[in-house]
Amino acid sequence: MPELSYREAVRDALSRAMRDDEDVFIMGEDIAEMGGSMGVTQGLVDEFGPERVRNTPISEMALAGAAIGAAMQGMRPVAEIMYEDFLTLATEQIVNQAAKHRYMSGGQVTVPVTFRTQGGAGWSPGAQHAQQLESWFVHIPGLKVVFASTPTDVRGLLWSSIYDDNPVVFFEHRTLYGIKEDVPDELEPIPLGQARTHRRGEDVTVIATGRLVHEALAAAKEAEQEGISVEVVDPRTLLPLDEEALISSVKKTNRCVVAHEAVVRGGFGAEVAAVIQYSAFDWLDAPIERVGAKFSPLPFAPVMEEFVVPHAGDVLNAIRRTVGRTDGN
Amino acid sequence: MAKVEQKGTLSKSDLREFFREMLLIRRFEEKVEERFRAGELPGFLHVAIGQEAVAVGVCRALEEGDIIASTHRAHGHTLAKGTTPNELMAELYGKMEGCSHGYGGSMHLYDIERGNMGANAVVGGGLPAITGAALSFKLRGEPRVGVAFFGDGATNIGTFHESLNLAQLWQVPAVFVCENNHWAESTPSWQHMPIEDISQRAVAYGMKAVKVDGQDVEAVYKAARRALEHARGGKGPVFLAVNTFRLVGHYIGDPQVYRSKEELEETRATQDPIEHLRTKLEMSADEVEEIDSEVKEIVEGAVEFAKNGTDPKPEDALKNIYA
Ligand SMILES: Cc1ncc(C[n+]2csc(CCOP(=O)(O)OP(=O)(O)O)c2C)c(N)n1
Ligand SMILES: [Mg+2]
Repeated sequence: MPELSYREAVRDALSRAMRDDEDVFIMGEDIAEMGGSMGVTQGLVDEFGPERVRNTPISEMALAGAAIGAAMQGMRPVAEIMYEDFLTLATEQIVNQAAKHRYMSGGQVTVPVTFRTQGGAGWSPGAQHAQQLESWFVHIPGLKVVFASTPTDVRGLLWSSIYDDNPVVFFEHRTLYGIKEDVPDELEPIPLGQARTHRRGEDVTVIATGRLVHEALAAAKEAEQEGISVEVVDPRTLLPLDEEALISSVKKTNRCVVAHEAVVRGGFGAEVAAVIQYSAFDWLDAPIERVGAKFSPLPFAPVMEEFVVPHAGDVLNAIRRTVGRTDGN
Repeated sequence: MAKVEQKGTLSKSDLREFFREMLLIRRFEEKVEERFRAGELPGFLHVAIGQEAVAVGVCRALEEGDIIASTHRAHGHTLAKGTTPNELMAELYGKMEGCSHGYGGSMHLYDIERGNMGANAVVGGGLPAITGAALSFKLRGEPRVGVAFFGDGATNIGTFHESLNLAQLWQVPAVFVCENNHWAESTPSWQHMPIEDISQRAVAYGMKAVKVDGQDVEAVYKAARRALEHARGGKGPVFLAVNTFRLVGHYIGDPQVYRSKEELEETRATQDPIEHLRTKLEMSADEVEEIDSEVKEIVEGAVEFAKNGTDPKPEDALKNIYA
């Protein structure tokens, strides 16, 4: 079992897909010689050449759209949007075009494109380089949305995204690129729409995504010291959502916390909370707690950034509130 | 910012002032590199070492009331537009005394009072706003000009094309300063642009385009002066195609694996705008040394000021979101 970092796991999925399949190619800003702003695609241009590892101009709308067009012609492009914040520039193509061609054509065409991007706070790059915008895309019928939190997951999910016949917006979290894990020699595709239970527990279910999966696991350990048994579930695919897994967990624990780094208001957690309250209303012993960033753009000064985004302590406090303990709040 | 002569020639003492300011920017950015490597500065930092003549030449040509919008590579523009080294350094340290009060950081430097509408971390993000600011000057009959700085890479994004078209269509008093340093991060311009002459992009919109050697501060100043007069006189916007060089990495810490050592060394040896001006002014080593120690002291003072600055309180993050 080789040990791979999250970064290497993404690269592994990309290179295996390109090795296996001529229809797969990647494009994005500075992904060739430089290997992308986060070093994810390092070395790929040496193996696959500049035709299949394409540096693009700073033209997010056109590069997203070109990937869509190539996909409609049967290729399986993976377009990298360097920073999640710049999805804003590609959103027309992703939302109005990629998500709707199949529908508008009455089912004549498929758009098997993957948009990879990365974001997240922690390095103080300020308001335009660290946002978490995944919830915007969960609102769009026709798209699939993935947010992976471990090396194994990111590899298996990226593979499935590339081979899905629908457009997928694939989120990576910047602070996770360095985390390592043993992964199987053989790449095991992970079906889209399948949640993963990271930890079993009896008292509270924490449904977390991205970096907050790790914060939730840390919080769960702390909670255990206090005699609270926490289950941690990562939906991994935000759209389609594995509602069954989330609901059955909450029916068991009777309490629920949703946690992500994105701003709470209108965040993905709101959707999860709605799903849970509707299907597990009679099982709930406490209001569903939402953990996420405060309602603020990301500030530059590290003390303020730290304050805005959620950490394990915030998850722990939410867990405590659901079991009626307000100490340490 | 002492105003220099109105037309044509620059005196030797004007040029010495330019020299001093360029050297101040250089020493400031070298200090920023040093402090970043020492782990004192958070965030993503891009220095404009090699491009000082553009910032100084253009900003010295501005009149009171003119405004600029900058890019991710903003320290030089910001200093040249009149923000003090103390306030800029304090911002890089995330302090309340900083020009964006710790909310912005290196890629989001603002100084509204001094006519800096903000640096922008989104490539091409500032061009539409400069077009609109210039529109407001036109609508109010004010003799002011809006100046957008941006790089060669930015000419590939939609906002560039849409803004140039709109500015020309509406004949607003704007000057678009394209700092063509031949790189967009790791991508050489031949790989992101299928034409050699970047000014053709402005010509395509019917805009007056002027080419200038960006390593010659006097040339930049004069070209900017004429462009500003044209725009201020109601004759429409101008595109300044400034040929310049990035003598360092894209960001601080960039190993530049994509760039040949020979090219980098050759460029560094031949394209230093400060060296060019020193030669032109026939400055003695002593003269340079005197100015150098003076600006170094200012930079040291700025670090001192910044380190002694006030950290924002965590909950200050929730201020300034709405007016
Ligand atoms: C819309 C957008 N896409 C990508 C980036 C990432 N990025 C930051 S600077 C840069 C290169 C900019 O090149 P250029 O405009 O020539 O300016 P220079 O860095 O050379 O000063 C890129 C791609 C960004 N900031 N904004
Ligand atoms: Mg450039």
